[in-house]
Amino acid sequence: MNFIYDPVPWVINWLTQLLLSWGLSENFVTTLLYLIGAVLICLGAMLFTTMLIWAERKIGGRFQDRLGPNRVGPWGIFQSIADMLKIFTKEYINPVGIDKIPFNLAPVLAVAAVLAVWAVIPFSQTVFGSNINVGILYIIAIGGLGEMAIILAGFGSNNKYALLGAFRAVAQLISYEVPMVIVLLIPVMFSGSMGLNEIVQAQTIPFIVYAPVACIIFFICSIAENGRAPFDLLEADSELVAGYNIEYSGLKFGMFFVADFLHAFTSAIVFTTIFLGGWQGPGVEQIPVLGGAYMLIKTLLVYFLMLAIRFTVPRFRIDQMMALNWKILTPLALVTVVVTALVDKAIPHEMTVIRIGALLVVNLIIWLLADRMITIYRKRNPVQVVTGKLRPLARPEFLSVAEKETAQ
Amino acid sequence: MLNEWLYLGIFLIIALAIPAAALLIAGMLSPKKPNPIKDSTYECGMETVGVSWVQFKVQYYIYGLIFLVFDVEIVLLYPWAVAYNKVALFGVIELILFVAILASGLLYAWRKGALEWV
Repeated sequence: MNFIYDPVPWVINWLTQLLLSWGLSENFVTTLLYLIGAVLICLGAMLFTTMLIWAERKIGGRFQDRLGPNRVGPWGIFQSIADMLKIFTKEYINPVGIDKIPFNLAPVLAVAAVLAVWAVIPFSQTVFGSNINVGILYIIAIGGLGEMAIILAGFGSNNKYALLGAFRAVAQLISYEVPMVIVLLIPVMFSGSMGLNEIVQAQTIPFIVYAPVACIIFFICSIAENGRAPFDLLEADSELVAGYNIEYSGLKFGMFFVADFLHAFTSAIVFTTIFLGGWQGPGVEQIPVLGGAYMLIKTLLVYFLMLAIRFTVPRFRIDQMMALNWKILTPLALVTVVVTALVDKAIPHEMTVIRIGALLVVNLIIWLLADRMITIYRKRNPVQVVTGKLRPLARPEFLSVAEKETAQ
Repeated sequence: MLNEWLYLGIFLIIALAIPAAALLIAGMLSPKKPNPIKDSTYECGMETVGVSWVQFKVQYYIYGLIFLVFDVEIVLLYPWAVAYNKVALFGVIELILFVAILASGLLYAWRKGALEWV
């Protein structure tokens, strides 16, 4: 195999031959290579987070009509490194009365839960961590581990606000897992396997074309699982101080921060793998390294979309968030799965264009029906406007003419 | 196939070890000067009132219960989804019946007011 076209398997092959020629046994060589691969991916992901934090701050600044950090290097690219150095030398404040083991385990578990997802993602046709045949279930299960980190953090800090924040956070996270898991049935149906490699290989046409409603529901649930705006009630900086993070300082808080940003990128990668075709693209059979490039481009597009939503949309209230999940997204997800199963079974697989057309039409009908039902419901129960122009004013002479008309 | 799971086991151990190592390094590099004021619990700048482990609202338990029901339902549906391409229309009818039973459970919970956030 060529080094230029396929660098990572070439290096793995060369290293295997080298270690075998030193006389080590085959199993030991495999385990050693797995160890090296795992360490490289984990370290690479954590160091990549500094770039992600920088990108988020710059792009967020531009959305808010200001420059991001631009002092510490050209365009501020060393800002994250400076922040990391600062956070490494801050003191760990252990408040009185904490439970030592949950308090210290929670940041480690939060980062581990996000890193563990990187093990199953196929970066190109030949570069992947492990090709287990239950990849999707593994990703969802590891997401559950992250939620446990939040409860440990909230419970271990001896603080009622942390505990309340942790309760709300976990209520939100487990609620939004339900539509996510339901909707992930659709790629599994289309590709006939739960393994991520098979799902990517089955996407000659990306699944976003086959099931756009499923895609949108999965995207919304990913944002909610992460705890980003508009669902960032868990750490609403102006409301709960920092939610379950209140009593953390130094690198322990830094770990929660890293877990948050890395989770956003990991959600983008999982979304790309399942719905946008992963490493598929023109020319990947001959040049496998192009698969990695396509994956990176698609993931960065999805990540940019997540950032755009974060900096544009205001925050939900907790009851609006729960109502959105249980009353809108879960029924919509169930209906989508049932209807997709019916339509896909009714049309034979050879007529691809008709199949895609029928699925798109059906998805559009579901979306429009849901929209119609929500509109009718909102017309019947309108939101009461509590204050209006009819409030008593201290200095009425400052009103404009139009406002004076409505105030009278 | 077993090799794949070995990789996952190694990866989980490494994923737990690397943040733990980072935390230990930072623990060595950082100063340690605890004093009673700094270590007191945070409550918006006041003295704390009452016990920290407040009562668990029952609404969270209900959300957890509904989540459990749906999660088990979907985990039972994944083998059906893997075998989807090989079953006839009968399999889809089975799916509809299964999902209908559980969706009626959701509807019941909705009408009974179990999904309100109080």
